[in-house]
Amino acid sequence: MSQSTKQPNRLAAGGSVDRTRTLKFTFNGQAYTGHPGDTLASALLANGVDLVNRSFKYSRPRGIVAAGAEEPNAVMQLGASEATQVPNVRATQQALYDGLVAYSTNGWPDVQKDLMSWIGKLGAPFMPPGFYYKTFMAPASMWMTYEKYIRKTAGLGRSPSEPDPDIYDHMNRHCDVLVIGGGPAGLAAALSAARSGARVIVADEQEAMGGSLLDSRDRLDDQPAHAWVTTALEELAARDNVTLLTRTTANGYHDHNFVTLHERRTEHLADSAPTIEGRRQPRSRLHRVRAGQVVLATGTHERPLVYGNNDLPGNLLAGAVSTYIRRYGVIPGRKLVLTTSNDHAYRAALDWHEAGHEVVAIADAREAPEGELVEQARKHGIRVIAGSAIIEATGSKRVSGARVARIDRDGFKVVGPVETLDCDTIASSGGYSPVIHLASHTGARPTWNEEVLGFVPHTVKGVTTTGGARGVYPLADVLADGAEAGAVAATAMGFEVATEARHVPQATVVTEGAACALYQVPHEKPTLRAPKQFVDLQNDVTAAAIELATREGFESIEHVKRYTAMGFGTDQGKLGNINGMAIAARCLGKSIPEVGTTVFRPNYTPVTFGAVVGRHCRELFDPERYTAMHQWHVEHGAEFEDVGQWKRPWYYPRRVNGRLESMHEAVVRECRAVREHVGILDASTLGKIDIQGPGAREFLGRVYTNKWAKLAPGRVRYGLMCKDDGMVMDDGTTSCLGENHFLMTTTTGGAAAVLEWLEMWHQTEWPELDVYFTSVTDHWATMTVTGPEARKLLAEITDIDLDRESFKFMDWREGRVADVPARVFRISFTGELAFEINVQANYAMHVWKTLFEHGDKYGLTPYGTETMHVLRAEKGFIIAGQDTDGSVTPEDLGMHWAIGYDKPFPWIGKRALSRSDTRRTDRKQLVGLKPRNPEVVLQEGAQIVFDPQQTIPMTMVGHVTSSYYSPTLESGFALAVVKGGHQRMGETVYLPMVDGTIHEAEIVGTQFVDPEGARQNV
Amino acid sequence: MFHIYCPYCEEYREEEEFHPKGQAHLSRPEDPDDCSDEAWGDYLFFRDNPRGIHHEMWVHAQGCRKFFNITRHTVTYEILETYKMGEQPTITAETNTARPAATASSADDRAATEVKGAQGVQA
Ligand SMILES: [Zn+2]
Repeated sequence: MSQSTKQPNRLAAGGSVDRTRTLKFTFNGQAYTGHPGDTLASALLANGVDLVNRSFKYSRPRGIVAAGAEEPNAVMQLGASEATQVPNVRATQQALYDGLVAYSTNGWPDVQKDLMSWIGKLGAPFMPPGFYYKTFMAPASMWMTYEKYIRKTAGLGRSPSEPDPDIYDHMNRHCDVLVIGGGPAGLAAALSAARSGARVIVADEQEAMGGSLLDSRDRLDDQPAHAWVTTALEELAARDNVTLLTRTTANGYHDHNFVTLHERRTEHLADSAPTIEGRRQPRSRLHRVRAGQVVLATGTHERPLVYGNNDLPGNLLAGAVSTYIRRYGVIPGRKLVLTTSNDHAYRAALDWHEAGHEVVAIADAREAPEGELVEQARKHGIRVIAGSAIIEATGSKRVSGARVARIDRDGFKVVGPVETLDCDTIASSGGYSPVIHLASHTGARPTWNEEVLGFVPHTVKGVTTTGGARGVYPLADVLADGAEAGAVAATAMGFEVATEARHVPQATVVTEGAACALYQVPHEKPTLRAPKQFVDLQNDVTAAAIELATREGFESIEHVKRYTAMGFGTDQGKLGNINGMAIAARCLGKSIPEVGTTVFRPNYTPVTFGAVVGRHCRELFDPERYTAMHQWHVEHGAEFEDVGQWKRPWYYPRRVNGRLESMHEAVVRECRAVREHVGILDASTLGKIDIQGPGAREFLGRVYTNKWAKLAPGRVRYGLMCKDDGMVMDDGTTSCLGENHFLMTTTTGGAAAVLEWLEMWHQTEWPELDVYFTSVTDHWATMTVTGPEARKLLAEITDIDLDRESFKFMDWREGRVADVPARVFRISFTGELAFEINVQANYAMHVWKTLFEHGDKYGLTPYGTETMHVLRAEKGFIIAGQDTDGSVTPEDLGMHWAIGYDKPFPWIGKRALSRSDTRRTDRKQLVGLKPRNPEVVLQEGAQIVFDPQQTIPMTMVGHVTSSYYSPTLESGFALAVVKGGHQRMGETVYLPMVDGTIHEAEIVGTQFVDPEGARQNV
Repeated sequence: MFHIYCPYCEEYREEEEFHPKGQAHLSRPEDPDDCSDEAWGDYLFFRDNPRGIHHEMWVHAQGCRKFFNITRHTVTYEILETYKMGEQPTITAETNTARPAATASSADDRAATEVKGAQGVQA
């Protein structure tokens, strides 16, 4: 048969690749060609690329082993540009496209040159099993050094250092029956379910549906199997109750039949999604499916045999050899030796022979192999060596021979002479493992089935496994089983499944002989001295390492796995886990199920962060909330602070002499403006809750610590809210708007939680109170005008009488401000004369600008949250959540004046305030701190000690909760909680810092400026 | 995505509209001042953590803002019923006979891990 000169291993005919079109790609910088229909792996094999990676621990050359998701070696870094880098892509699952750029992830710096030999040579002694613990844990500091290199060489790939240009979708879906796997069982299940009228989703991870039928030798209804696949897909596609998702991996099964499907929409086209009419297409889509019933038709993974040097390039799974020949028209060598424990693998030899290449021999571990495929092989004149296996591959960078010997499986020894066969390819098969990953995600433990020599899944209610996934292997049985599973699922969802709906095509019956149990092949030398026999190719775990682990006392497979790192690669040990368990079982003299079961966790294959994140990134990560005056703040150069979802002006740096003020300079200027002239704050973000009803007043009395019975309309009161454990939860002012009508304010961050808190108490404890709560935070904009000139400024634009006798401190009045309806509250969070103006939010910008039109002559200065913090702290006003942390009572804050112990109803928090713990006199209490050095601004969060001489660990007695520089005091100052602080006025405390400095501070009262409150009451 | 039946809205709604508020049927002592420190501490801090049937308070936060109760299985996470504040559950650890789930689906028997015998219903 002639070969393409450019692709030496491409067959002239066969497979479903389009040989009329050529695609260019590069691998490790070298240019190659392939065809549409190729995967990156089939194209590499077509080009005769043997070496695709270097192994993780020993730096051994590695080639392609498999043709699907289980591939451990051909793990690639993809992407033509820095921004489009994708790590951990299995070449076997990546469709080839023109211009594809791939690199080995392990091969740094050059897969061909073994520059990692320093570690490879050190390998055995340097990295014995458990090396993470033994070597790297001891000198902890060295781990950082090793880790960098090991990561780089360990096939973990790298993430792009530039922003991802792509977008990713999430989509919620509901269906009656979700079928996972589009092979014979899955398609049969989908057909019977769909024919009943159920809404069906079929997901398959490959480029095309059909699974094993795409490279099957079997015939269905006397047609090639793939022809029936086409017919079945046409029927399904024509139904509007069916959604077919190819290139879609079911990565996780979660509670209540919630399954995540990762659909790769454009990764077969380019390394970045194409644009259509200028709009970028989503690169991938995460389908969040809530299914009534789930059918798992995930098939099997073939197990390789474990023999010496079984990792050399040229060692492949038998089934993969068939797939490359039959599906891609690629033959990965010239001379094949097959080593097998079963009939099914004979297909590889037959396909190889039919492709016109030499099958040197088949080493069959069974004494008397018989069955149709065996007979066919013999008929073709292929030598079958019974009772034997390949015990060792020979070669340096590629297989050059196979050492075959007669073996005693039960005695685990070589019992005959060794014959070396000349070959360049070894296909091996140790049987088939049901793919039980998703079934494991359900939490149900699989059980070992001696008949199929594999773990078969247990499933939960609402989940059915079918076909190979539950150990049903002959094609005719698989189809019938699939049709039944689909029918069962549809019936469970209330659909009627007619007999003819279960119709499946007639399969040719191929009689196969029984398989034998073979995992690790014995060698002439004991395992510890034999050539390396690899179990987990991705993590370089050998049979010897597992044997060593069992000798060191590890008996549970979970411990062996952790000690050897078996199954901890990105492939989760899809190929190696069962073999590893079998080896551990042999060493321990136990059976496989006695050693344990395998547990798999989501995700089945690696998923990019982009797909997980979807659209929840950048500006859509979290909503941003803006006040009505936001645009003004932006135009006036405000720096913003995030408070919850709100963007609040933090400070307004001005340009002075061509230079922008620092935050410190701006805050000093803003503070002075408020204390000396007049400032304005956008306080719209404060939570506002409108409370109405005959029970409103009583309700307030129960949720606040202080008294509300006598608050008259037109008056405002500060309120403190506790949880029932007596700890402060929120605070704010509440105004009496009418006898049965109040307006409560909350902290910006507490607004939603307080509303829910009020609703909870009303609905669950006191439904008899007739009261209603409505959030009006967004309806009203709030601007605080404060400073000695506040009255004069406001008087220019309001009809409200601002006379200090008729409009007292803690009054509110209704009227017009800047010609719009307004509520004005005489409350102060700065300690200065202050008016809080509330107007309907859509009028707010107008009012704000009008204030500035009139405010210039008074020096009206906008200030932000930083200045607000300085001014309130100077007055000892707390911020709930900053000066309190859920362990602070009103008493701890020194706010006895806000506690109504004699209120008749046992209000929330009251009882807890008389518990022994809350009565302690050495509780942490809020105090002021004055640093001895006025230039020092103490660190917020800094720990406080009484005795700076104490050896570490020192006794910590409190911490700083708020700390700023005060332009008024010309000194740093702080609020802090200190054990028994209220009784320690004038004492000195110490604040040891990380750099060894110890600050000294004096405990003082919390009111640093105007403790008599004269300034706000003018 | 996941649907929960709100007994006030009387329809199945998205799980994201709801959130849990802890153990249900906790009633605040009528006269807290009459409680010992220990009794008050029990009310404040101690909660059941059963394996199996659990009654929880939830709130339809992004919906009607109503609080209601859910009977939920802590092993399978299955929601067995939802009921209004002030009502009593029909399914308890003692009477656990699962009835149609209050999670939406046209099928009654939604995914539920098989629970072995009495383990699942221990309170
Ligand atoms: Zn509702």
